Amino acid sequence: MSNLVEIRDLHFRYDARPILSGLRMDFERGKVIAVMGGSGSGKTTILRLIGGQLLPQAGSVDVDGQTVNKLDARGMYALRRRMGMLFQHGALFTDLTVFENVAFPLREHTSLPEELIRSLVLMKLQAVGLRNAASLKPAEISGGMARRVALARAVALDPELIMYDEPFAGLDPISMGVTANLIRRLNDALGSTSILVSHDVNESFAIADYVYFLSQGAVVAAGTPREMMASSDPYVKQFVHAEADGPVPFHYPGKSLADDLGLGARA
Amino acid sequence: MISRLLSAVGYATRGTLVNLGYAARSFVTVLRASGAVLRRPRLVTDQIHFIGNYSLVIIAVSGLFVGFVLGLQGYYTLNKYGSEQALGLLVALSLTRELGPVVTALLFAGRAGTSLTAEIGLMKAGEQLAAMEMMAVDPVRRVVVPRFWAGVIAMPLLAAIFSALGVFGGYIVGVQLIGVDEGAFWSQMQAGVDVWQDIANGVIKSVVFGFAVTFVAVFQGYEASPTPEGVARATTRTVVIASLGVLGLDFLLTALMFH
Repeated sequence: MSNLVEIRDLHFRYDARPILSGLRMDFERGKVIAVMGGSGSGKTTILRLIGGQLLPQAGSVDVDGQTVNKLDARGMYALRRRMGMLFQHGALFTDLTVFENVAFPLREHTSLPEELIRSLVLMKLQAVGLRNAASLKPAEISGGMARRVALARAVALDPELIMYDEPFAGLDPISMGVTANLIRRLNDALGSTSILVSHDVNESFAIADYVYFLSQGAVVAAGTPREMMASSDPYVKQFVHAEADGPVPFHYPGKSLADDLGLGARA
Repeated sequence: MISRLLSAVGYATRGTLVNLGYAARSFVTVLRASGAVLRRPRLVTDQIHFIGNYSLVIIAVSGLFVGFVLGLQGYYTLNKYGSEQALGLLVALSLTRELGPVVTALLFAGRAGTSLTAEIGLMKAGEQLAAMEMMAVDPVRRVVVPRFWAGVIAMPLLAAIFSALGVFGGYIVGVQLIGVDEGAFWSQMQAGVDVWQDIANGVIKSVVFGFAVTFVAVFQGYEASPTPEGVARATTRTVVIASLGVLGLDFLLTALMFH
């Protein structure tokens, strides 16, 4: 099977508010796949559904042939051992040092001797350029560095699937470029599959093999970055070229300004 | 009007029962997950150290001052009946039966309980618990259970320290300052305090309070809304529910133990 993750006819809603409707997506093994879309388009929800932190109302999410939404707790935890996830703000354990944060999954899931754990952690930190920050606490490093530490922690157990939730949000241009390169290099070095949720067009297109565009909980366009750049789809054009006018309205849907100002009758 | 009132009462009652049922199920979940700490006792001992450090100073100082007050008030009352020789007994019984376990539990709820709630609530707000789940680590086993058992173990130890310092405080005021006979102070205490009836029942109380206060604290933290306001509300709920729970349980236990 060439796809590591397959999503079929997926429906998800929070209470009465639909988030995803009839979603179908494939994530090919060994690739970096970007999922893009505006705020509230359901991107992060997809990651949580793949990780089993949310359960869909209908449809299926399959990871390596296992239907995530049908697994029991034991099966879910077994599957999660093969996944890594980078949270938007890093979600580092604030009471632990950088070293202990990266060592956390190793200590929890292996009985490796301390010397080996130390070597593995330092290698992971070396890969993200923060070996010399090993003894610092998360409060003592910048947001961009915290994101890189979280990345080292996410790949500590060499996962088959790595999920990134807005890895470029709030980063300066240098950190953004460094993080993007890391995502690509780590994916290729580990032979993993990466799902990258982002709304940063330049960095995502630079490293992704395939891109999905989401709008209002459904895929509106998909293809390689090159195809997306050349796309004439109005949504993709508006998003890629950051245009104010297009299918995505600037104003939250509702009454017109004239109605609110009581000018409707005169108009 | 009456039907609206009835429906409001019914709605509130149903909501309370649902919450109680959910808390009871969570309590069972915590107990069932407790085997994890037997395999890694270090997680509990670290938390005992942490929680003990939080509460030791306030418990020790409070115990001493409560002992001072007991010495003074006890002397004034007993002196009216010419029984000031029984001051040691009065101080010791008051502390071991009631004040030791109850005041320690109330102080523990205010000091360590709020800290546990805020810590777990902020871990949730900072997605640390979600990150743990994604690392295939159960946050209940890794975060909640060690803190829960640390609180259960720390509570009787702190209550013992409170009572011991309280007795010492009573001795300082009663014997050293007021001049009650030292031999009578200690011998009446030794003769009148029963190991099982008084001390063991006090220890049982403090263990029960340990279960109640620590569970309320970790439960409120784990169920807190992941926002600053949610964590603040959860912390307040910990103090209110744990304090009222301790006082209610104290009445129940006293009625059962000393009838």
